[in-house]
Amino acid sequence: MLKTFKLGGVHPPENKISAEAAIETLPIPKRVYVMVTQHLGAPSVALVKKGDDVKTGQLIAKSSGFISANVHSPVTGKVFKVDDVMDQSGYRKPAIIIDAEEDSWVDGVDNSGDIIHAITLSRDQIIQRINEMGVVGLGGATFPTHVKMMIPDGKKAEYLIINGVECEPYLTSDHRLMIEKGEEILVGTSILMKALGVSKAMVGIENNKPDAIEKLTGLARNFKGISVHALKVKYPQGGEKQLIKALTGREVPSGKLPIETGCVVDNVGTAYAVYEAVQKNKPLIERVVTVTGKAAFKPSNFMVRIGTPINELVEMAGGLPENLGKVVGGGPMMGKALMSVEAPIVKGSSGILLMPVEESKRVDNKPCIRCARCVSVCPMGLEPYLLAQLSKNEIWERTETERVMDCIECGSCHYTCPAGKPLLDYIRLGKNKTGQIIRSRGKK
Amino acid sequence: MNNVILVAVISLSAIGATAAVILYFVAQKFKVIEDPRIDEVEELLPKANCGGCGYAGCRAFAEGIVKSGNLENFFCPVGGNAIMSQVAQIMGLVAEEKEPMIAVLRCNGSRANAPAKIEYDGPATCAFTHNLYSGESGCPYGCLGLGDCVVSCTFGALYIDKATGLPVVIGDKCTACGACVKACPRKIFELRNKGKKDRRIFVCCVNEEKGAPAKKNCEVACIGCGKCVKACAYDAITLKNNLAYIDFEKCKLCRKCVEECPTKSILELNFPPRKVKPAIVEETSNQSSPAEVTQ
Repeated sequence: MLKTFKLGGVHPPENKISAEAAIETLPIPKRVYVMVTQHLGAPSVALVKKGDDVKTGQLIAKSSGFISANVHSPVTGKVFKVDDVMDQSGYRKPAIIIDAEEDSWVDGVDNSGDIIHAITLSRDQIIQRINEMGVVGLGGATFPTHVKMMIPDGKKAEYLIINGVECEPYLTSDHRLMIEKGEEILVGTSILMKALGVSKAMVGIENNKPDAIEKLTGLARNFKGISVHALKVKYPQGGEKQLIKALTGREVPSGKLPIETGCVVDNVGTAYAVYEAVQKNKPLIERVVTVTGKAAFKPSNFMVRIGTPINELVEMAGGLPENLGKVVGGGPMMGKALMSVEAPIVKGSSGILLMPVEESKRVDNKPCIRCARCVSVCPMGLEPYLLAQLSKNEIWERTETERVMDCIECGSCHYTCPAGKPLLDYIRLGKNKTGQIIRSRGKK
Repeated sequence: MNNVILVAVISLSAIGATAAVILYFVAQKFKVIEDPRIDEVEELLPKANCGGCGYAGCRAFAEGIVKSGNLENFFCPVGGNAIMSQVAQIMGLVAEEKEPMIAVLRCNGSRANAPAKIEYDGPATCAFTHNLYSGESGCPYGCLGLGDCVVSCTFGALYIDKATGLPVVIGDKCTACGACVKACPRKIFELRNKGKKDRRIFVCCVNEEKGAPAKKNCEVACIGCGKCVKACAYDAITLKNNLAYIDFEKCKLCRKCVEECPTKSILELNFPPRKVKPAIVEETSNQSSPAEVTQ
């Protein structure tokens, strides 16, 4: 019997059509648009100005607080402009636009393909290096990794959990990374274990990726304390709290952080970025992005420089089809439709999904029939129908007591609703407003 | 038998009398003295409980007036000057005449001016859509056209024009309570002076982007060129964050800025047609109005 989390969950069609496509390195684009802030937390501050020459890996935007992250130049060239650029939501945010000329790295970066196993840095040095190199959580939430490594006083980390679940349908970037860079990921895991001072690490992988499980299990024999666990396929198992529950049986209390259960969760992509940062001195300037979907001509996985316009990726995967309905940034469950394909790739972009017209229309919104399917699939034990209704009617005092802030926005309720109600959309609104109210109360 | 009834009547009467005496003294002791003027003032108010005055309802507004004893910071936008002067009479004060206000939509991003680049079919509320993305036209400041303001209006003074996709304020019904100002997540509505003969001039745009990106999404966006600031003889126009703003208290409705604006983002409402230049007068002289054009 394979492990999984207990409460709720759904199993949407997996559609991992790009699983066989090896990671290709995308040619460096002529012009990159590097968003100044690409993480959760305090915005970064741009360090360069128009006309400056930058080298690949040079620091171009500095973190501005405890929860914040550095940004490095993904190319070598001249800064064309520091201006607002439309991001994936259509809002214009500050960005550094660089005209790429060549690709010469800053000094001290090890660009060879050799895998370095020996971890020479001390615990504090590792955390400092992760901070300097701008590593953030690559699972999608982009929380600065160095902050996660600093365990608050009075708490103790017991397990490091490496998230190789990739429960979103279609996406295969983590899957390919595990197959092609398995050893690097495990070295990265060992580095994170050292930084956290834990002796045990668990890699959780869903059972629909048998090749990745086999590969990592084989490699893990040479690493002390790392075990690989196959998990039953169920969405949203890649959620931090769900994965902790599945692997350790522990439950993160409402409103608390995973460290309460003695666990720290990092994505496989993050483990790889940590390896590159610590062993190779390489800042986070590229990541794996899946371009896929029923409307994609050639579903592929690309190693992409941060700041590459999305249309260049789409072009490499065969271009935009005629029957294109929408382009989604991320997976079909949690992703957001893009405003424009000219928006750049950011650290949190895991996939680009091209949906044909017939798939992209919303289901008609019919009245709720009180079937309570949304309640039974909610992995957080919430009542989505109620939260959506309360949010719609703007009853903010009750959304808080009904634990709207616990919602992980996985979209299982919306997916399963036979009446096609846009439950998650309203819950997101409620979460946003309730969060504002809670924060304003904290200020008083 | 008679005896039983008699005893019952006498004892109940005695209890009743005692209770009455106790109640009288208790009532005297715990008497709440309420100013009768609160009721009188409340009676005059429109009882819409819209909150436009800044108080929880009409009763709270009346209590506030009577308690403070003056009319500073108290104004019922729904009742207007007529009601406020009656309230002032009760209070033995003189009400300050306030110019009537009206809600103004400061966006002209209609379907023609700001064509939709994408199609949105999610939930039809502005509050949600504003958090999600910049809008169908791509303008991150413009009206989303999903009608949160219409829902918020208790006086039925707003509706969405199907052709333009923008809300329209019905001047006669608008009481300037400010509900739409609060409901709009993009803060597009503003309460402005109703103006002489209902004439108003305002910058119909709230876009703070630089000229090029603003114009890219909308034909009639304010590009922050500052021509209107130079044209204004009364210092009524200020330019801040690439956006011009006309102070309605200083504006003399001369309409010079309207002519200057290169993107036609300054609107003039309810003015008579302009005097047409002599060359064209021959054709249109019958229509041109003899009314004054400038003040």
